[in-house]
Amino acid sequence: MMSYIVLGVSVALLVSSAAIAVYAERRIAGAIQNRYGPNRVGPLGLFQPVADVIKLILKEDVTPSAGYRFLHTIAPIIPVATAIMTVAVIPFGDGLYVSDMNASVLYLLAIASLGVYGITIAGWASNSKYSLLGGLRASAQMISYELPLGMAVASCLLFAGSLNILDVAASQETWWNIIRNPLGGIIFIISAFAESKRTPFDLVEAEQELVGGFHTEYSSMKFGMFFLAEYMHVVINSMLITTFFFGSYHLPFAGAWLPELSEPLKMALDVSVFLAKTSFFVFFFIWVRWTIGRFTFKQVMDLGWSKLLPLSIINFVVIASVLYFLHNGLS
Amino acid sequence: MLETYLPVVLLAAISLTIALIFMTLSRVMGPYRPNKVKLTPYESGMDPIGEAKERYSISYYLVAMEFIVFDLEVMFLYPWVVRYLDLGFATFAAVIVFITVLFLGLLYTLKKGTLDFGSQTKVKPLWD
Repeated sequence: MMSYIVLGVSVALLVSSAAIAVYAERRIAGAIQNRYGPNRVGPLGLFQPVADVIKLILKEDVTPSAGYRFLHTIAPIIPVATAIMTVAVIPFGDGLYVSDMNASVLYLLAIASLGVYGITIAGWASNSKYSLLGGLRASAQMISYELPLGMAVASCLLFAGSLNILDVAASQETWWNIIRNPLGGIIFIISAFAESKRTPFDLVEAEQELVGGFHTEYSSMKFGMFFLAEYMHVVINSMLITTFFFGSYHLPFAGAWLPELSEPLKMALDVSVFLAKTSFFVFFFIWVRWTIGRFTFKQVMDLGWSKLLPLSIINFVVIASVLYFLHNGLS
Repeated sequence: MLETYLPVVLLAAISLTIALIFMTLSRVMGPYRPNKVKLTPYESGMDPIGEAKERYSISYYLVAMEFIVFDLEVMFLYPWVVRYLDLGFATFAAVIVFITVLFLGLLYTLKKGTLDFGSQTKVKPLWD
């Protein structure tokens, strides 16, 4: 029963958090660039995302005549669907999860790697050169950064000894993974940025060279769904960074000092700690976007293959060896 | 079993429904007045030259091939990670050898320049 309540709440939370993230992005961008940002629609401009969605729905939906109509139509569904399906395995608190599957890390990686299809199909089906280039770049970039991401996750699993995210979260009660495995954490955060195609990795839709990248030929709510999916992925990736490296729903060193709390109190604390950390990382994503410029494509690929991947493999081997010999001795 | 996977199936259904509702809404509520110019692919305001399905750089294929090799490596490590403390030194050594071989392979690929995107000419930076 609990899992269905969590399911409903988390889907509602994710969809609305995407809208909030859009608003937050524009306001924070305004603050960083010393201007106002949206402040006309409703108090403090809070209804801006709602107005944007209504506007997008009322716009004309154009499919280029030279493109593949079917692929062009299904492409925007994929990123939205994969983003929502990820919440199935994220623990929001002790016992607050949608599904307790025993290989949830594998499920997570499988769903995350499906996301690349949406972008690639969109680029291919539009039959526009800008879209094609954007789609190609997206597929190359996303599959490249999946490898360091996977290795960083594997180095986290060494501490938990389980493929279940609930165990990964529980294993960080006293020591967060960012303290035990700082390099893995940094690699994970960089890869998460690349996976969600945010600046400095937004080569996929680099306005100056590719117009809109893979969504050049998209209009109306089809474009809106790519937009929504981008912010959903920002939120999801913030949740994953929190879950894997920043102690999930635990306060710092909670195992050492936090006293036993009653059930509802613990639940409320867990959820608020988790959401606070997630919000911080959403802010961090936005902050980086308006601070750091874009890489060139060569730099992106070099960073992924010749720096992050070897580093993550070495990091994994070192942590595995240390833990193994600590546990079994040098015999 | 059902208890574990039914919510996931439900979630998949919900996510597809949300996506489809958004798409149909814009189809139903928005105008639809296509004309020839509106339906041509955008190419900076000019008439498109040829199809977009041109040949593209072989580097993209190479990245995909390398990806398969190293993604398999990562996937092979996951089951080991779960039980690595109890499997004995022989297994530990075997996995380390496995990783080392693939790591050497990665170094070879990088040295060979398979994943080298962009031009070979070095642009001298303005400062320096």
